[in-house]
Amino acid sequence: MSALKQGRAQIVSANDLLIGDVVYFTAAGGWTRALREAALARDAGEAGALLARAALQQGRVVDPYLADVALDGGAPRPTHFREVFRAHGPTTRPDLGRQAEK
Amino acid sequence: MYRYDEFDHAYVNQRVAQFSDQIARRIDGRLSEDEFKPLRLQNGLYLQLHAYMLRIAIPYGTLSGRQMAALADIAERWDKGYGHFTTRQNIQFNWTKLSDVPAILAHLASVEMHAIQTSGNCIRNVTADHFAGAAADEIEDPRPTAELIRQWSTAHPEFAFLPRKFKVAVTGAPNDRAVTKAHDIGLRMLRDAQGAPGYEVIVGGGMGRTPMIGKVIRPFLPKAHLLPYLEAILRVYNLHGRRDNKYKARVKILVHETGLEALRAQVEAEFDRQMAATGGPAVQPDPAEVARIEAYFAAPALAPRAPVSDAVETARTFDPRFAAWLETNTHPHRAPGYAIATVSLKAIGAAPGDASAAQMRALAALARRYSGDELRISHEQNVILPNVALDDLPPLHAALQREGLATANAGLISDIIACPGLDYCALATARSIPIAQDIARRFADPVRARAIGEFKIKISGCINACGHHHVGHVGILGLEKAGIENYQITLGGDATETCAIGERAGPGVAAEEVGPAIERLVDAYLALRAADTEAFIETYRRLGAAPFKAALYATQKKAA
Repeated sequence: MSALKQGRAQIVSANDLLIGDVVYFTAAGGWTRALREAALARDAGEAGALLARAALQQGRVVDPYLADVALDGGAPRPTHFREVFRAHGPTTRPDLGRQAEK
Repeated sequence: MYRYDEFDHAYVNQRVAQFSDQIARRIDGRLSEDEFKPLRLQNGLYLQLHAYMLRIAIPYGTLSGRQMAALADIAERWDKGYGHFTTRQNIQFNWTKLSDVPAILAHLASVEMHAIQTSGNCIRNVTADHFAGAAADEIEDPRPTAELIRQWSTAHPEFAFLPRKFKVAVTGAPNDRAVTKAHDIGLRMLRDAQGAPGYEVIVGGGMGRTPMIGKVIRPFLPKAHLLPYLEAILRVYNLHGRRDNKYKARVKILVHETGLEALRAQVEAEFDRQMAATGGPAVQPDPAEVARIEAYFAAPALAPRAPVSDAVETARTFDPRFAAWLETNTHPHRAPGYAIATVSLKAIGAAPGDASAAQMRALAALARRYSGDELRISHEQNVILPNVALDDLPPLHAALQREGLATANAGLISDIIACPGLDYCALATARSIPIAQDIARRFADPVRARAIGEFKIKISGCINACGHHHVGHVGILGLEKAGIENYQITLGGDATETCAIGERAGPGVAAEEVGPAIERLVDAYLALRAADTEAFIETYRRLGAAPFKAALYATQKKAA
């Protein structure tokens, strides 16, 4: 299987069924709001398997998909600006979204 | 204003019950997302980046104080304290919880509102001139026509699954404030040589990936033939519109690929077939129903007033803020002694079209007090108080100042249309709101903004063009390029009766470069205009794009 670039991985993200909130698939097979708890796929094979597992657990979420992350000391960080905005909330409203909880 | 009859109430309440049951079945797992998605979209419920978004229809942009107050209730009780008014005269709430939707829809139904057909491949909310019924230049109020189309198109079984969405706009004035030439169907009310009322029917306009200006398919359609003619257009489109490629599925592509003459022949043949088959217009509404609708839009009984107001003249003399607001945010009314007031939702640095619950509640109260309990939402994402006595303008302005709603910039460079963009929208490819905020801040000086004059900037965060960038004097389109946000700038667009699609100025620029580029463009315009009264679009048409392209890209050339 083709490996991802050094320091890069993929995660599975989706939106929560009830409130639409951004969630991530965990290694234990559940869903979490914390990006740092997301399961990491380090090559295309792992990514396909992770997405397949997530697809079986989507009763409480909507539209799971793979997203790229960079690994800073093992912690995932979104690489695409769309995923950065999803992880934090509207850039024009710092009082709203996940960023407001910090 | 239109009031629901028994049928309307029953239909909307039935839909609330149906969709509430569908939501319950989705939550308990009896419906999958694949099964649920088309149902939620038919009821205006999208899933966006951070949450569900509920898009609520404001038919032809008209609502009462009670309805505006209900929107404030929704913002406060079920959302995060604000709503976003859109370019289709709707409102969107960005933080809707799925389990709250039944309660929200029930609350809407109690004030005769709903979210039906605000999404999906159906006939969407019919839009109209936001000055309808009040403008001095109006031939006829377009809202009875818009309401008739609303009733005809709501849950129309034949047109529930069109090849693609379908948008209709109506204007009753020669000055087109409803962007009729950029809609699937645009209707311009006019009269024939004998004075009989009718419509110029425009078809195949649209923005999005392939912008096109609508073409006149029928120069004059007698008023009584409206619905059968629309039915004929929709039938031809439903039959021949492309379903194999969603990017080529709008009626504008059918018009383009078929050719106007051939399409007209098909539409006229279908229209004639209907008329012959039924001995008259097959879907002609009952005259009593037409009269009932028209009665709801009868001109309000405005007390006679002097055409000049001492109160206005005094305030104009002693209060420069009022004088500036009076100049930019009021418009001539058909009745002497009255004005149409535009309440800008474009405070400098604010998100265009956003209003807080407190502001919505204040607007509801001001509409009751000063505007016959009526408000409008404009496609330019502002709120209109259509019937304000001149004497009431000073206290209205004072009240708006207290609510942060007195920005004197209607039609000026900081009155920017912007879609929600990638701060909210799942379809977006780049952000719109921060670009609008940056530009507005650069032109925050009201004296400078008024010196620049009419200047329409429109920003979309993706090719779908909800921010109408194609018809902005300056259009800005947010895209992704090599993993970062990048903005294409177009020049020379026009949303009015002289509709034009803007011309792409050159390569896209980075987000932080957009504001400086617009400043250089404006400086060039100020240097080049023939007179202070020559608007940017006029200078652009006189001189062409070259000097403005040069200004936009001036620093890049220097760097090269």
